[in-house]
Amino acid sequence: MRENLHRFFRAARGAGVHVSPAESIDAMRAVKQVGFSDRAILRDALLLTLAKSQDEKLALGDCFDLFFSQPEPRQDQPEAGSDDASQDSDQSSASDAAGEAGEGQPPKELGPLAQMLLSQDRNAIAAAIASASGAASLSDIRYSTQRGIFSSRILDAMGLQRLRDDLDQLTATNPSLAERLRAALDALREAVRDTVSQGLALYAREEAENLRNEILRNAPLARIERRQVAEMRALIRQIARRLRERYSKPRKRQRRGHLDVRRTLRRNAAWGGVPFLTAWKRKHRDRPKIVALCDVSGSVAQVSDFFLLLIHSLHEVVDDVRSFAFSSHLIEVSEILENNSPEEAMAEIMSKVGFGSSDYGSSLVDFEKEFMSTLTPQTTVIVLGDARSNNLDPRADILRRISERSKRLVWLNPEGRLAWGFGDSEMPRYATFCSVVRQCATAQQLERAVSDIVASYR
Amino acid sequence: MADQKASTSIEAVESGLAAQGYIASRQIATAVYLSQQIEKPILVEGPAGVGKTELAKAIAAWRGMKMIRLQCYEGLDEAKALYEWKYAKQLLYTQILKDKLGEVLGGAQTLHAALDQLHDFGDVFFSKEFVEPRPLLQALEQPGGCVLLIDEIDKSDAEFESLLLEILSDFQVTIPELGTVSAITPPTVILTSNSERDLGDALKRRCLHLHIGFPEQRLEERIVESRVPGISQTLRRQMVGFIHEIRSLDLKKLPSVSESIDWARVLVLLQASELDTEIVKDTLNVLLKYEADIEAAVPQVATFIAKAARSNVFG
Repeated sequence: MRENLHRFFRAARGAGVHVSPAESIDAMRAVKQVGFSDRAILRDALLLTLAKSQDEKLALGDCFDLFFSQPEPRQDQPEAGSDDASQDSDQSSASDAAGEAGEGQPPKELGPLAQMLLSQDRNAIAAAIASASGAASLSDIRYSTQRGIFSSRILDAMGLQRLRDDLDQLTATNPSLAERLRAALDALREAVRDTVSQGLALYAREEAENLRNEILRNAPLARIERRQVAEMRALIRQIARRLRERYSKPRKRQRRGHLDVRRTLRRNAAWGGVPFLTAWKRKHRDRPKIVALCDVSGSVAQVSDFFLLLIHSLHEVVDDVRSFAFSSHLIEVSEILENNSPEEAMAEIMSKVGFGSSDYGSSLVDFEKEFMSTLTPQTTVIVLGDARSNNLDPRADILRRISERSKRLVWLNPEGRLAWGFGDSEMPRYATFCSVVRQCATAQQLERAVSDIVASYR
Repeated sequence: MADQKASTSIEAVESGLAAQGYIASRQIATAVYLSQQIEKPILVEGPAGVGKTELAKAIAAWRGMKMIRLQCYEGLDEAKALYEWKYAKQLLYTQILKDKLGEVLGGAQTLHAALDQLHDFGDVFFSKEFVEPRPLLQALEQPGGCVLLIDEIDKSDAEFESLLLEILSDFQVTIPELGTVSAITPPTVILTSNSERDLGDALKRRCLHLHIGFPEQRLEERIVESRVPGISQTLRRQMVGFIHEIRSLDLKKLPSVSESIDWARVLVLLQASELDTEIVKDTLNVLLKYEADIEAAVPQVATFIAKAARSNVFG
């Protein structure tokens, strides 16, 4: 049973539930208390000890149902019932005789597997499949292409070779028995195939998902296919959540550390300076302020889309964030983003300023005219764009003034460094006024860039 | 067989809580049972008003133990949750004992000798006498054990979580000046959270994680029955059915179990025998706490009553 539990932990990890060794120990202790006989209670106990959120509970619940719908090895009572359909199929001929194996005792000289198949003992067969899948380490299965190899491994472990020999022998001596055995073997193959498919569903999910996420993280944002956009959104939100968890907490509390002597004395003047009440020095920390300027012209629209999404899912950390979008002229989009769902907000922004040909010069003029006063010495300004200004005046002088008014000016460019300065790219000219210039073309780079910016306020 | 014993004791938990007027689902009972058996705290999550805090009260009442409650809020720190030095008392005692200082130092001839003698008394002021125990320390010091309710842990800061870790895993705290204080009897710890912020993994790992959602219709009927005994069966079914319909709406705040109970009480007070549109409209403000929610619900009232009555026939 313990082995069974360990396999279940593996399956739980596959379903996306983090099961650390400590948790598995807790789960074992819990299971020891409640026992295996009542499925519903066992399920509750495992959900209580392993799952740490409602989502995980749902995933784990499904996983539990799938896992324990497999035939169990070593069933105590023969009338356990509720076996799979596949099991029933090999019973069709002589299902009534199952337990007793009364008629036609199989000949003694046959191998154990043949004996088992002929005696039609479902429980023994199920147990044998389960232990053979253990021997073939079915829990290592990762890809659907491995199905065949695992099936044959399991069959080998059950003693298929010996069975073949027996079959050859029987065909000569006892054709009718050979026929029965052959049918039983087919049913067995089917059952094994089902077991392997179930194993695949249980154990391979995690890898597949990790792989997909990994690919997605490193895929260029600008070239994401339509069907991947939703997944990407989820990934960006996940990134935002992680950044939030990392940076939001310690900011809230002012640290008590050193005694503030002056304030303490003043507060205790009434007691003749005996310090009954103490006052402590507080540490002040800069609050992050971010002003984001996003190029939403056709060429980089999708990247800025994700960027704005990230900035706004972060606003629990960054309590003062203002976002601006521009292609040929610039508008503030903070409110649009805050009041709408991401999809609606993006659509609205795009319809207002999106997809035009970019004019960095006039957009910067817009910014200077209306919003320059939002910049303070605590502000980090982030510009996201490819700095391709269609050979119009780049107005780098405005960028210099922005840089002078703010704490830092970060430029995130979705193009590779090689392209900077070629064609109509004004990047080198802008770069001289930036504190940091980075390439930012994938979700991973986006995460690092934003993480650095938020971290600089600590 | 151990299994048999387990399921009966889960039932024992269920009936024990029921005797206190707390109708627990099987999952809740399993959690309570397991937390006793493997000595682990329970972290209860779920929407407001589904009985997270009530659970702790019911356990305390059932097992005849004291309940110590720690309400969390932003800025809660160890001085308020764990212990504090009675600073004023320390000062006062020094003032009073000034005269005694001469006696203590009486025999000392040199400054060195005096200091040595002082050192012997140094620890007096950092002893148990001067510790003000706060809820967490109080819970550890209960000789007969207790139920420790750490309410709305999600409202506290992340640092506070770390402070709890030692208590949750080993039922002990370390006070630098005094050493480690271990629980006399490990308390039953219930933590509640509305998921306002994500809790740390370290905290979650130390707890059984119990999610209490809105109860199933049958269960909620039983809860209402136990809390509002005067209500007729038809009315109970109808009102619970109606509330379940309301919960399917997209509202700012869904009515919770505590609101169902309030509503049941109101209906009994108004001597309603069954639901009708008038009475529902008049009392909707017991269920719904936002003007916008009430406005959204009012047009649906008639349909919902009809639905609730229909499900009644088949249920």
